Amino acid sequence: MRFGVVRFPGSCDEVDAQLAASRVGEAVLLWHAERDLGRIDVVVVPGGFSYGDYLRPGAIARFAPVMDAIAEFARAGGPVLGICNGFQVLCEAGMLPGALLPNRGLRFVCRQPGVRVESTASPFTAALAVGERLSIPVKHTTGCYWAPEHQLDRLEAENRVVLRYCPGQNPNGSMRDIAGVCNEAGNVMGLMPHPEHAVDQLTGSADGLRLFESVAQALAPVAA
Amino acid sequence: MKARVLVRPKSGILDPQGQAVQRALPALGFTDVHEVRVGRLIELELDDPTRLDEMCERLLTNPLVEDYEVLLEEGARR
Amino acid sequence: MSAVAPVAEPERQALPGLAGAQALGLTEDEYALIGQKLGREPNLVELAMFSLLWSEHCAYKHSRRLLATLPSAGERLVMGPGENAGAVDVGGGLAVAFKVESHNHPSAVEPFQGAATGVGGILRDVFAVGARPIAVLDSLRFGDPSSERSRYLLDRAVAGIGHYGNSIGVPTVGGEVYFEEPYEQNCLVNAMCIGLAPRERLIRSAAAGPGNVVVLLGASTGRDGIGGASVLASAELGEGDAAKRPSVQIGDPFAEKKLLECCLELLERGLLVALQDLGAAGLTSSAAEMASKGGVGVEIDVARVPLREPGMEPFEIMISESQERMLCVVAPRRLDEVLGLCARWETQATAIGTITDSGRFRVLSDGAVVGDVPIGALVDDCPLYDLSPRPPGAQVYPAPAARLTDADPGESLLALLSCPNLASRRPLFEQYDCLVGSRTVCRPEQADAAVLRLPAREDAPRPAIATSIDCNGRRVACDPRSGTREAVLECAANLACVGAEPLGLTNCLNFGNPEKALVAWQLTEAVGGLGEACRALGIPVVGGNVSLYNEAGEGPIYPTPVVGMVGELPDAARAGGLAFARAGDGIALVGPFAPALAASELARLRGEALPGGLPAAEVAAVVAAQAAVRAAVRAGVVTSAHDVAEGGLAVALAECCLAGGVGAQVSLAGRPGGGPDEALFGEGPGGFVLSGPDDALRALAAGATPVAIIGRVGGERLRIEHEGEEVVDLAVGRLAEAHRTLEALFS
Repeated sequence: MRFGVVRFPGSCDEVDAQLAASRVGEAVLLWHAERDLGRIDVVVVPGGFSYGDYLRPGAIARFAPVMDAIAEFARAGGPVLGICNGFQVLCEAGMLPGALLPNRGLRFVCRQPGVRVESTASPFTAALAVGERLSIPVKHTTGCYWAPEHQLDRLEAENRVVLRYCPGQNPNGSMRDIAGVCNEAGNVMGLMPHPEHAVDQLTGSADGLRLFESVAQALAPVAA
Repeated sequence: MKARVLVRPKSGILDPQGQAVQRALPALGFTDVHEVRVGRLIELELDDPTRLDEMCERLLTNPLVEDYEVLLEEGARR
Repeated sequence: MSAVAPVAEPERQALPGLAGAQALGLTEDEYALIGQKLGREPNLVELAMFSLLWSEHCAYKHSRRLLATLPSAGERLVMGPGENAGAVDVGGGLAVAFKVESHNHPSAVEPFQGAATGVGGILRDVFAVGARPIAVLDSLRFGDPSSERSRYLLDRAVAGIGHYGNSIGVPTVGGEVYFEEPYEQNCLVNAMCIGLAPRERLIRSAAAGPGNVVVLLGASTGRDGIGGASVLASAELGEGDAAKRPSVQIGDPFAEKKLLECCLELLERGLLVALQDLGAAGLTSSAAEMASKGGVGVEIDVARVPLREPGMEPFEIMISESQERMLCVVAPRRLDEVLGLCARWETQATAIGTITDSGRFRVLSDGAVVGDVPIGALVDDCPLYDLSPRPPGAQVYPAPAARLTDADPGESLLALLSCPNLASRRPLFEQYDCLVGSRTVCRPEQADAAVLRLPAREDAPRPAIATSIDCNGRRVACDPRSGTREAVLECAANLACVGAEPLGLTNCLNFGNPEKALVAWQLTEAVGGLGEACRALGIPVVGGNVSLYNEAGEGPIYPTPVVGMVGELPDAARAGGLAFARAGDGIALVGPFAPALAASELARLRGEALPGGLPAAEVAAVVAAQAAVRAAVRAGVVTSAHDVAEGGLAVALAECCLAGGVGAQVSLAGRPGGGPDEALFGEGPGGFVLSGPDDALRALAAGATPVAIIGRVGGERLRIEHEGEEVVDLAVGRLAEAHRTLEALFS
């Protein structure tokens, strides 16, 4: 099991994501200018401020050479996890539906909300149970998930809302309390909470590790 | 030539910045403002304006949530 | 000395003369001394360079003699004062570098950019020594939030700190903010950064090797902050501040993020001889200091410096304070490799000069000499001034506005919890990423100090450092010596509560105009108290910063010697929290705590005049109590530990209840003759509130430290009896509501 974690100029959480992934497998950094992913089983597009978040979060990063390779990897069914800025990048790239708008409160917010598992359609939640409550931190300025109503209805109908903030704990005003969604095939998932910052009780919670364990488990027969 | 691209949130899209400005104005005595939308201005210096729409749709805006308007310096044609 | 004066630059320009020197903030005597050192009159480039390096900001001309009295040695010290940041050994082959610095006047002019670039600057100081920044703390002072200007400054400064720290991926793990009238026109924005590095990879800034290449890294140079060091950082603020706006520096955290990663990789690959950040006074100061420390000379050609604006004069290029730039010295054979690595990180890198053996700083413009001065004159020959301290006959600061009258203890407690100095900082710290880096064990308001884990090592599976920043300026104003001692002891107490032992201290001395006898006295006394407390704790001052001339029309700010401390603990899993957590736990008051209402937060709310002195703390007994608390926390036998600070014992108890969402019943005996207010709200160093099993609390009393079991954790209310009479009975929910008042400022 080999994770590739993208490093854009301005990425901040890539080393943390690498550390988290290395608890369940091997993990390497993928330089943004590379066009070849090498032998990789899972891609993580990490958090941070790629290209300074200038223009719009994710707008410039989506055109990085590495993104073409990631799109191809995803088309072939490879699991891709976009965390925070990575979620924004995947939405900008059209690999996930919807968009991330500025938080309703307009401020950066760093908090540890409860997040409820809504779907096990993605390999990152396949090993979890619907209804489980996870404690995973958020930290962002542009995390208000938005999509047209009809698309939200469709996402819900297709079981593609993967995570939702627990009632009363939505930190950014996202529509229908959505914290994470996946693509039609389920292999590409984006979320605003940072599972890589919740992999050790010592630093607050180990619930985020479950997502890494889940994808490792989902791929185990293939990778073995 | 110079071109300006005005980008603003699509109507119907939540614009918390616009709302914040709208809430702040009455406190300063500007009571007759009915709506505020906050967007951004991108100024470009370029030779060929024909591909501006493509630029806007691919990079300068997110067409899902933003509208744009291209203003060219006088006399120029797209 | 050069026989021929360099081309006056530009040639058509006359020599600036004494009038020019005075306009740049130099005195007549200083101007004469410069002429003497040069053997001729300086031209504009040279004078601009002198004016900056001979400013208070760079030369510490009013404080250097005092600072020399501080202890700066210690067995764990790796790098002391004089480097970009000091460093201490934390075991396992690792060193922790740290420093605090002010960005007060820039923040008063433009709080968002001022605070943001303050963070950017202190980060550069830390990675300039080769350490990866792993934490930021901030120390802020504003006027009362009832003023619109104070609210604006607070809001924008907090946003600026968050913007820079969050974007660059360094967690903001702690800090403090006070609101007091004397900061109304002169806010304080101090930022502290902590970095981590393998000990042998720390790099000094001394340039060496004549023939080596001087390479400028990072952003292009613009007219940002021209005159910033002399105008913004050293002159009293007054009329016309708005006109200073154009010289404000704009921060670009994205550029600095790339610069940071680039510099660390350059160092990791061993490609650099020396590295230095460009801060106040830009190229002039960094190149001169590097050359001075290495005992060499330097030549810089301003025509090679990449510019952001056309038509910049050589003197402007030499003193520009454009952000996100670093200067390094590279052996010629390594140059291509350095430039290649910088290109990979999209970081501009330009060879702009060379190291020489001349001992002179020569400024060229396209090869023509436009400035030529001895390095020693620039760096070492600035005249130092003795202060003329005189204690004031009476307290000079006016009494604070009265906000509370005729309150019973319950009302006083609610008033204290909701007052801006004590209310929950959640609305501020939630704007900061406190997690990035995966090291943060104790987050803000979970414990008295932030705790950051270090890599595991054989003798310690979960080693960690703890850090805290503190200063109560109002108490320093009452008694600069005792107040400063208290600030140091408070930091050490915060560390003790998470089980950490202090290793070193950094400070930022924020004072008024030192040429005034009162301020000179405050500064002298404060530095004296700082040294005493450090010696009592056995820790060195590893470096710091001085910010003088913090005055506006109404006089000086409260003297504010901000203290930042770093300590170590063997097991992060035992880092104590402040929260009461287990119903049935005993509550102990530990330490030689002698509460007094004078100079307390309650006295402030009541509008009482500042006393002209504080009770002298028994420093040795306080240090012993800290050791006892530290030992108990490290042993893992207590549930919580919290030190008694502003608002006294009752506020400390309420904070423990709030953090744990649980109540407590407490019974206090007072000092004979002292009423309940003194016992509940009196302040002073040396008090701790611990909770845990009774036998563990009693065991604390084995040493000389006083321990009294005063109550029990449980229920949903905080009830306090004084001398058998119930004086407080409040639901924890009611306390929480009072504690949330700052939220309104950010909604």
